[in-house]
Amino acid sequence: MDLKRALRRGWSVVSSKYSIYLVLVAMLVANTILSPVFFSARNFSNISRQISITTIIAFGQTMLIIAGMIDLASGSVMALAGLLAVAIYKATGSLMLAMAAGIVIGMACNAISGLVVTKFRTPSFIATLAMQTSARGVALLYTAGQNIYEIGNFTVFGQSAVMGLPTPVIFMLGVTALTWYLLNHTRFGRYLYAIGGNEEAARASGIQINKVKMTAFVASGALVGLSGVLYMSRVNAGLPNAGVGFEFDAMTAAVIGGTSFSGGVGTAMGTLAGAFIMGFLGNIMNLMGIGSYMQQIIKGGIIALAVAYDIMFKSRRAGSNPA
Amino acid sequence: MSGTPDSGGRLAEQPLLELRRIEKSFPGVKALRDMSLTLVRGSVHVICGENGAGKSTLVKIVNGVYQPDQGEIRIDGERVVLQDPSQARGHGIAMIFQELNFIPEMTVEQALFLGIEPLNRLRGIDWRKIRRATLALLAREHLAYEPTTLLKDLSVSDIQMLEILKAIACDARILIMDEPTSALTHKEVEILFQKVADLKSRGVGIIYISHRMDEIFRIADQITVLRDGALVETRPARELDIDTVIRLMVGRTLDSVYPPRTTKRLGEVMLEVEGFTRRPRFADVGFHIRAGEIVGLAGLMGAGRTEVARALFGLDPHESGTVKIRGKVARIRNVREAVSQSMALLSEDRRRYGLVGVRDVKENVTLASLARVIYGGWLHKKEERRLVSAVCDRMQVKTPSLSTTVSTLSGGNQQKVVFAKWMLRDPDILVLDEPTRGIDVGAKYEIYKIMTELAQDGKAILLISSELPELLGVSDRIYVMARGRVTGELRAEHASQEKVMRLATRMAEA
Repeated sequence: MDLKRALRRGWSVVSSKYSIYLVLVAMLVANTILSPVFFSARNFSNISRQISITTIIAFGQTMLIIAGMIDLASGSVMALAGLLAVAIYKATGSLMLAMAAGIVIGMACNAISGLVVTKFRTPSFIATLAMQTSARGVALLYTAGQNIYEIGNFTVFGQSAVMGLPTPVIFMLGVTALTWYLLNHTRFGRYLYAIGGNEEAARASGIQINKVKMTAFVASGALVGLSGVLYMSRVNAGLPNAGVGFEFDAMTAAVIGGTSFSGGVGTAMGTLAGAFIMGFLGNIMNLMGIGSYMQQIIKGGIIALAVAYDIMFKSRRAGSNPA
Repeated sequence: MSGTPDSGGRLAEQPLLELRRIEKSFPGVKALRDMSLTLVRGSVHVICGENGAGKSTLVKIVNGVYQPDQGEIRIDGERVVLQDPSQARGHGIAMIFQELNFIPEMTVEQALFLGIEPLNRLRGIDWRKIRRATLALLAREHLAYEPTTLLKDLSVSDIQMLEILKAIACDARILIMDEPTSALTHKEVEILFQKVADLKSRGVGIIYISHRMDEIFRIADQITVLRDGALVETRPARELDIDTVIRLMVGRTLDSVYPPRTTKRLGEVMLEVEGFTRRPRFADVGFHIRAGEIVGLAGLMGAGRTEVARALFGLDPHESGTVKIRGKVARIRNVREAVSQSMALLSEDRRRYGLVGVRDVKENVTLASLARVIYGGWLHKKEERRLVSAVCDRMQVKTPSLSTTVSTLSGGNQQKVVFAKWMLRDPDILVLDEPTRGIDVGAKYEIYKIMTELAQDGKAILLISSELPELLGVSDRIYVMARGRVTGELRAEHASQEKVMRLATRMAEA
């Protein structure tokens, strides 16, 4: 009787703390049963490569959402940064320079958003909505709406592999580790949680709110720039219309992974798990031959379910503490 | 708005509310065991107990927020099941919360009728009816504001009074008040108590939670003391006295409410403030604190004490004035500069300015001193745990673990977490704004003890408090403020409540 209760209590702790990973494992099992081709190294490599670009953006979103902000401009900034990186590569022939330029452009765009947020106290929703439009405009203006082709060796970032691992996946894992480090082991990370959890209390603790918010924007911009380079490289062209809606895919991964839009809550590993859950879902639906319209409906349902499930667990946990 | 007191008969003998052998557990904690309680019509039943004694759990069960594991609730002798607060409301149970939740942009009439709006023939809200009812209610209760006044323009006590009015307007027969006076001035407390007497005469039964002993004995008919989730004693108030209740609450005898004074050697002048001004909040404020000294800052609400503290700490700007720390002029324009000058501020509103509720104890404690655990580009979690655990032991923070979310701790323990956060920085100057608000007697004593120990270590402490006995009991010297100015300075041995109050009301009378 007591053992049973102890086990149940243990389970409730595990399931509430690791609920998202349990979902991931459940999906792995279900998918394996549903399709014979699912469980293979090649398929996993494919899924990882498919999710890598939005996942890199998702880590930037995770940092911003933890601090109580949001970035609606990721998709168009990604396109702009990738596009200009392609142009710089074509002009100079330097891969290093092109990559650096892409990252710097991402940082610059987000620095502007960050400035609008911190100096003029504009909600990030509005500031980045403005950036979304403007960055897309710059990209279209620069190319006159045309795609840039014949990008030569630029494809190395997106299409090569090292020891069987696709390069974008290596970048994604690197960014996972970086985000984990930033959130868990640096002052910056702790300050993000504090600001998102209670900005007033953070300020009263001596934290320079604006500096931290600005850093979060610029860091997230660097990731957006990087993802732009990887994306253009993978599609073999500079596309000014690329990345529409990527910010929402990124947010979906973050939120499914347990990042809370109320701020102060979220982890790097959670976001990675969230990205894989979405990746597995898309993959199994493709393998089962579900049409793309149907896929959208199912995806939406799964997002709502996953978040409702997570909130249910959290409220149960919160309710379980006597005040 | 019914509620004439029952005159005899079967109903009068029937208790209004009866809890029978209630049990409630949460994972890892038995919050309530074998709890029985009886509330009679037209009486005030005070519940006291230390933080974590089970008071909140008990009233949440009555209010339908929690469901008991065992036991039963009876209203008018009939067994009821309260699944949620709206069902509790349906049975005439209303709760006035300790921390008021209100929508600042709402008007008085909107707030009064929120959720109970009368409808007109077109199923729209009948605003004319609301306006009429609100005007009638405000006139009857002699309240001076308009139906269209915004809540953000009202004081805490006005809003609280509105909540009580709303409860009565909904024919509440059982009213739960959780620390209703914790944010009120003396005068407002008097108004509240009149209201309570009025409610009693209408036959309303009131469950009243409070830490303030003087209040308890003014209004209680019955007193129930809880400790560690169990009922210790229920007795008519006239059979009890303050010492007995405190003894029952803590389960031990407190030798005195304040730690003994020791003869102190005062050091250099640590903090000196001259001509400190931020109109219209305060002007020409001057005071000094020596190392090893506890200086009290007395005054009525709105006298500008909190505002001085905030400006001193760089949370708000100031226009003019000099601040000297250890004799050297210090420019403090933001919190970081204040912190680097070895200052710390414990805010009166710990939830808003003190804590990041969603994060755990450990992260909250190290938030202002991460440099101590982050070096070589790495946060050393073991080191952090060690530091936090040491300072939490010293502050006697009671928490299941250092990874517990702060918002789930009791008020006293939350305050100790904020204290611990600043202690980790080892500040020389501490500004404590209402450090014992909403905290029970045992925890208060611990906080006083920490303060005297810190003073003995040579810290300079500024204590802002609205509780005069506390100021007189702990301070070495007291400054009194009224309407944004310092109106007097008293040595502890010469001070009395009367003298302080005279100074605190001086400008107001002039």
